[in-house]
Amino acid sequence: MKVQRCKGTRDLSPEEMARFRLIESVFRDSCLKWGYQEVRTPTIEYLHLFTSAGTLTPGMLGRVYSFLDWDGWSGERVVLRPDGTIPAARLYIECLADRGLARLCYVNNIFIFEETGKKSRERWQCGAELIGAGSSLADTELIALSLEVLKKLGIDGVELRLSHAGLVKSLLGKLGLSCEEQAAIFDQVLEGNTRGLAAAMAASKSVAPGLEAALPPLLNMKGQTAGFLKNLKSLTAQDLPEMQAHLDNFIGTVSALEALGYKYQIDIASGAGFEYYTGLIFQLFAGKEKIGGGGRYDDLIPAMGGGDVPASGFALYLDRLLGLVEMESSGRSPQQEAIAVMVNPDDKEALKKAFAVAEKLRGAGYVAALDLGGQESKAHGRALTVRSAPPCFVWRVGNKSSQYAESAAEVLRLLEA
Amino acid sequence: MPLKMALPKGKLLKDTAALLQRADWGLDEYNAKISFYHPRSRKFPGLLLKVFHEKDIPIQVAVGNYDLGICSLDWVEELLAKYPSSALVKVKDLGYGRSTLYMAAASGEASWRKDGVIRIASEYPNLAEAFALRSRLSRFSIFPVWGAAEVYPPENADLVLLSSAAAVEGNGLRQVARVLESGACLIANRQSWAAKDLSEVVNSICREVPPAPEKTPSPVSLLSAVPGSGIIHRGDGTVRLALPDGHQQAPTVALLNRCGITLDDYPSSTGNRRPNISLEGVTVKVIRPQDMPLQVANGNFDLAVTGRDWLAEHLYQFPSSPVKELVNLNFGRVRVVAVVSQDMAVDDAAGLRCLVEEKGLSLRVASEYTNIADRYARDKRLGPCRVIPTWGATEAFLPEDADMLIENTETGRTIARHKLKIIDTLFVSTACLVGHTGSVANPVKRERIRAITDKLRAAAEEAPVENH
Repeated sequence: MKVQRCKGTRDLSPEEMARFRLIESVFRDSCLKWGYQEVRTPTIEYLHLFTSAGTLTPGMLGRVYSFLDWDGWSGERVVLRPDGTIPAARLYIECLADRGLARLCYVNNIFIFEETGKKSRERWQCGAELIGAGSSLADTELIALSLEVLKKLGIDGVELRLSHAGLVKSLLGKLGLSCEEQAAIFDQVLEGNTRGLAAAMAASKSVAPGLEAALPPLLNMKGQTAGFLKNLKSLTAQDLPEMQAHLDNFIGTVSALEALGYKYQIDIASGAGFEYYTGLIFQLFAGKEKIGGGGRYDDLIPAMGGGDVPASGFALYLDRLLGLVEMESSGRSPQQEAIAVMVNPDDKEALKKAFAVAEKLRGAGYVAALDLGGQESKAHGRALTVRSAPPCFVWRVGNKSSQYAESAAEVLRLLEA
Repeated sequence: MPLKMALPKGKLLKDTAALLQRADWGLDEYNAKISFYHPRSRKFPGLLLKVFHEKDIPIQVAVGNYDLGICSLDWVEELLAKYPSSALVKVKDLGYGRSTLYMAAASGEASWRKDGVIRIASEYPNLAEAFALRSRLSRFSIFPVWGAAEVYPPENADLVLLSSAAAVEGNGLRQVARVLESGACLIANRQSWAAKDLSEVVNSICREVPPAPEKTPSPVSLLSAVPGSGIIHRGDGTVRLALPDGHQQAPTVALLNRCGITLDDYPSSTGNRRPNISLEGVTVKVIRPQDMPLQVANGNFDLAVTGRDWLAEHLYQFPSSPVKELVNLNFGRVRVVAVVSQDMAVDDAAGLRCLVEEKGLSLRVASEYTNIADRYARDKRLGPCRVIPTWGATEAFLPEDADMLIENTETGRTIARHKLKIIDTLFVSTACLVGHTGSVANPVKRERIRAITDKLRAAAEEAPVENH
C-alpha cells in the first residue's frame, strides 16, 4: 500500500516552515505591540456554536467537518473549527467578558471541505479580534495593523477593498423581500455573487418607485474617496433615510484612512463569505490573490448570548502569504548552516570534549550538529573534528586548510576570525 | 469487462420487473420470492445483474462496483446530501414508485423546547441534516433510525422526515415542509457514463418509460419557524418501555405472558405501535430493535427489548453511553460471525490477515453492524480496510462487492447456500432487556423497573424460549 498524504492536505517542508514561523512571529510581534494578547481556542467545538442564526452561511456549513464524538449519542455534533472568529467570540463570552474591551490575536488552523482536493482543506490564519469597541477608530486600527504586518513581511502592492454589510442589508430591506429571500441574497453577495441582488432590484421597481436612480449606482459603486460616499449620501438622503447611519459610519472610517494616507477601493459587492458581518468589511489583495480580510460583527456576540458587545476583527491567510514572503527581504536571517562536530564515539575522552565544545558553540549562537558518521562535511561546510590527543580541535571550512586549537575558547576565536 | 447493473429488492421490485419485461429482458429470476441475487437476462446475456436492497444501490454505483442501477431517487439524494462529489449521474426518471419526502411534526400546539434542541428522527439522516442547516435551525440533533420514524413524535422527536403522506396523516402528524419528490430512477456511475458504451441497455429501458407527466412542484420548504413540540417529561415515574417490531415479537410476547404480563394489540395486525400493557405506570411503544440503544441512551425510553448485537454496536460507537444490559432474555439466539467466500483460501482471521499482508489488499468489509465490523477489523489487524454499510441481504455482496461480511446467523444455512463460509465467531447474541442508568434516580421508577426485571429474569432463567 502506497504511503500518501490525505487528499486536500499539505505538508510544510523545513523551508516553508521557516517562512511560516517568520510570518507568525512578525504577526505576533506587531499585535503584541498594538496591545493585543495571544489566545488559542480548541480545534474541536460544538456544531451549534456555528449554526446559530447569523454566524456562517449555509454554503459554509455544508462543508464543515462535523462528526459524532465518542459520547455523542444525543446526536449533537462537534466540528473541526471552520472559522477563527466565532470561537474567539465564544472564548470572550466564557472567560473575558468582565474585561469589557479585549484585544485578542491568534494563529490557528481552520478546516473547510473543498471538493477537488487541490486546495488545502486545512487552512492557517493569523487572526486579530477587537472586542468591546464599536467605533470607526477601532475599524481603522484593525486595517492599519493588518497593513503593518504585510508591510513588515515585505509584501508590496497590497490592495485594500472596502464594503459595508450594513449598507447591503438595509438595501435588501427596501426590496420587499421575505426574510428568507433577504438572507439568501445577502449570502450570495457575501460569496461574491450579485446576480440575485440585481434580479431582485429589477423586480422591485414597481414595489419601491423612485429607487431606480439610487440603487444601481449603489450596487456597482466603486470609488476611491470619502467624497464618493458623501455624494452618494446626498443622492440617497431622501429616498433611503435608513441608509444614512451606515453611510455616516462608512464615511467615518474612510476619512480616517484617508487622513492616515492609506489607499483603498470601495467595492460594495465584494464579499467575504461570513454572514456575521454587520458594518465595514475589508479585504486585502496581493495581485489577484486575496490574502486576508475582516470586518465588523456587532451582532455576533449578542446572538451568542454574550450581551450587547460590538466587535470587529480580521484574519490574514497564512497559506497564501507563504508563497509571497521571502526570508531575505524580511530582514531576518534564515537558519544558519550547522557546524558539523566530528568525533570518534569510541574515544570517550574526545566524546566528552566534543559535547562540551558543541554546547559552548550553541551558547555563542552557533548551530552545532553532531556528525553521525558517513556524512562527510559538504564542500563548503564547516567542520570541527574533536580528538583526545593534541591538537584537540581541528577546524576546517570546505577545502581550505585546517586550523588547530587546544580549547573551546580558542575554537570560538577561530570562528569569529 | 462486462457491464454490471444493480436492481432493487423491496417496494420497487414489482414495477421494475414489469418495466424490464416490457423491454423484453427475459429475466430468469427477479420476483418477490427471490432467494438468489443474480438474475440473468436473455436479451443481454453478457450483462451482470445483481439484486440489492435499494438503499445500497447508490453507494454501489458511486464506488464503481456497478455501471448502472435502478433505485429510488430519495436514496440517491441521501447519499449526495453527505457526499456531493459522489460519482453518480441521474440518467432517467422512470416514472413509477412516486413518493414525497415530508418533514412532519406532531399535530397540536407547537411550543419551543426549553433547551432549544430540535430532535429530528429519520431513515434519511443526511437529508434531515441538510434540511436543518438550510432552515437555520440553530441547535438540532439527528437520530438516524432504521424504521418506524413516524411513531417517534411527540415524545421522542420533534420532527421526522418521512417518505409518504399516509405515514404523516395516519400518525397524528402534520406536514411542515416538502423536502423531496422521489421516484424510481436510472442511475449510472460517472466514469462508466463518460467512458463506456451503455447505450443498448439504457435505450432498451428508456424506450419503455412513459413520457414524464407534468412537472411536479419543486421541493419547497413551507417552514417559516420550526416548531418544537415540547418534550414530555415523565416526572411522574411512568416507565417507558420499547418493544421490538418484526420477528422478535412472538418470543417477546411469549416471555411476557409467562411473567403474567399481557398486551393488547401486539403484534398488531393494523400497524398499531402503541399497544397497552397490563402493568400500571408503564407505557409501551413499538420500534426497531436496531434503534433502541440510541433511544434509551437519549432518555426517550427507560427500558427496551433489543439484541446484544445492537447493544454492542451502540456501545462500540459510544463507549460511555448510559445504556446497559439488565436481563439476558435468552431468546433470539444468533451468532455474529465473520464470513468470506468459499473460494478464499483462508480458514480463520489469522489466515485472512496473512493473505491481506501478502497481497497488499485493502479489505472491503460489508455489514449492517458498521461499528462492530470496524472494531473487529482493527482488533484482528486486517490492514487498511473499508467498511461498507448495508441494509440487509448482505450475503449478496460476496465475492464481487466485498471481501468479508460481519453477519448474524442462526443456523449458518443461508451462508452455506450462498457459497460462503464462516471463519470466526465474534460473539453469541441473544435478546436482552436494556435500561438507562439514570432511570433509577426516580424512586417510583426504580421500584417499577425492579419489579419488571425480577419477573423477566425469573422467566428467562427457568425456561429459555427456543428459537427455531
